[in-house]
Amino acid sequence: MSIKQAASLALKSIMGNKLRSFLTMLGIIIGVASVIILVSIVNGLTSNVVSIFDELGTNLITVNVGGRGSNRSVDPADMQKIVEENSDCLMYVSPSVAFMGTVKSDSDSLDNKTVTGVSEDFEKIRVLKIENGRFFTYMDVTNKNRVCVIGTYLQKELFDGQSAVGESIKINGKKFEVIGVLEEKASSESGSADDVIYLPYTIAQKMSWNGRVSMYYFSATDTDHSEQAVSKIKTELYKVFQNENAYTVMAMSEMIDQINEITGMMSTALAGIAGISLLVGGIGIMNIMLVSVTERTREIGIRKSLGATPWDIMSQFVVEAITTGALGGVLGIVLGVAASFAVTLFGVASKISFTAIAISFSFSVLIGIIFGYFPAKKAARLNPIEALRYD
Amino acid sequence: MTALVNLRNIYKIYGEGESEIHALDGMSLEVHEHEFVAIVGASGSGKSTCMNIIGCLDTPTSGEYFLNGTDVSTMNEKELAHIRNREIGFIFQQYNLIPKLTVLENVELPLIYRGISASERKKKAREALKRVGLSNRENKFPNQLSGGQQQRVSIARALAGNPPVILADEPTGALDSKTGKEVLEFLKELNRDGTTIILITHDNSIAEQTKRIVRISDGKIISDEVKEAQA
Ligand SMILES: Nc1ncnc2c1ncn2[C@@H]1O[C@H](COP(=O)(O)OP(=O)(O)O)[C@@H](O)[C@H]1O
Ligand SMILES: [Mg+2]
Repeated sequence: MSIKQAASLALKSIMGNKLRSFLTMLGIIIGVASVIILVSIVNGLTSNVVSIFDELGTNLITVNVGGRGSNRSVDPADMQKIVEENSDCLMYVSPSVAFMGTVKSDSDSLDNKTVTGVSEDFEKIRVLKIENGRFFTYMDVTNKNRVCVIGTYLQKELFDGQSAVGESIKINGKKFEVIGVLEEKASSESGSADDVIYLPYTIAQKMSWNGRVSMYYFSATDTDHSEQAVSKIKTELYKVFQNENAYTVMAMSEMIDQINEITGMMSTALAGIAGISLLVGGIGIMNIMLVSVTERTREIGIRKSLGATPWDIMSQFVVEAITTGALGGVLGIVLGVAASFAVTLFGVASKISFTAIAISFSFSVLIGIIFGYFPAKKAARLNPIEALRYD
Repeated sequence: MTALVNLRNIYKIYGEGESEIHALDGMSLEVHEHEFVAIVGASGSGKSTCMNIIGCLDTPTSGEYFLNGTDVSTMNEKELAHIRNREIGFIFQQYNLIPKLTVLENVELPLIYRGISASERKKKAREALKRVGLSNRENKFPNQLSGGQQQRVSIARALAGNPPVILADEPTGALDSKTGKEVLEFLKELNRDGTTIILITHDNSIAEQTKRIVRISDGKIISDEVKEAQA
């Protein structure tokens, strides 16, 4: 008997009892579908997070100087020197001084806004695009000019979307001139990349509670030089602090790698858990196949009396189990892909993984083979005389 | 001329020691081409055991069995399956049709295991159904047919592969006397056309209609009478 005949026989037997076949496949369907859904969601999450970090620039390096365990300190000029002495791998540095504040225009007021003081180089480090006006300059920073650059969210809220350039706002009661508005990045929503206010850090230092700069943004010449740049910065900082706990240096590229690693592990773990339900599905197939062999004892006897070899009987049942597994796999894929699309309608990011589809399908076929083998072997071994007598 | 079926001193022994049962106790039998033999005996005399061995469903404990000149007593399961497939056509008391398959598909079964192509298979199966007069029933399922019709389907199935020997174990046992008679007439007709038939029965009136009656008791042949008049 050919594989083709065995397959058509198997399909017939599966179609002959649709409800039972469906219940048999249910474990596989759920297993495959959940592998696909979970991997899709983790994938979607990963690419979302990665794109956020990508946005910040993969050559970005953040440095925190807490000064823990050391009584020394660095100032923005020291940091600038590090950049100048390592121009092969470093391009710019900007201090970052953030504080919370109330921001007011003549007509509106916003509470609890993060206000960030940076240097003129921040514009290049973060590749900011100015829609209107300009970013502040070296002179603005050294002269401690009361100027600021705002995101489109603030323009929308404080100036009803009218151009804010040249207008003035009050930050914690102090008057600032808006000299630039950034290009819209995230539909001007609250808390997004459009909800920002930048001042010269020299002024921000005066307005924050201790005036200390504890955070710096560096940019490496390019992503490939990030690692080298990180180690240069670390070396220089160690010279000052003599203590590794006093600072942390983190490259964005490294962070993205870490995120990818973590979510990769997550998705493997989740797929593994979902894989267990595939295994349970396999046991389901085996159960039903064993019942089916018993029910069909007489049929097996008849087939044997007509010349079916043990191999013929064996392949009939194995092919049936494989077909059940494969059919369950296909239904699971359909369900999984549909559900992965459906969750996006509820705002959950998902990205379908073809590897997950391929692996879970192969796995369900494999399960058909493994768990179909034992019942098939049992069927093939039946004694034809006893099988014919069975009722 | 070599015999088609040649059993030589066949023993089939079940159990061991005290409880040993000799289902066949040194049986020797030759059946030639074109014969129509009835094997008759009381219940438990060893008829079915004999038929299982002739039909290669079972192997003897000892003794030799040549089928069409080939020694089959030492064959393995796979080889026996091939012999059953090509050399034997079975007709059972309970018809033994597969209920999920149509009449045509049932008749095709032995041809499937012979590896014959689908179109060739269908052609042969239809020819066999035509011979038993059920051409118009090929797409029916067994339970849609009467007992007599089902037995004719099983005869068609036995004929489809054109085996040299047809073994019938109580083929009329499950039928009323009128349909039983029809089936028997059909077997006679087959035999007239040249098919060798070995029929097993406990019913003398049926045995009387064959050309040769072999009586067995306790696994031994007690008489073997050829009725030339019937030929
Ligand atoms: N599988 C078996 N195990 C033990 N004894 C058996 C088995 N098959 C048949 N027998 C015994 O062999 C003898 C012949 O049985 P069988 O060939 O079925 O007789 P018949 O068909 O003439 O009624 C009986 O005594 C029966 O009990
Ligand atoms: Mg019997």
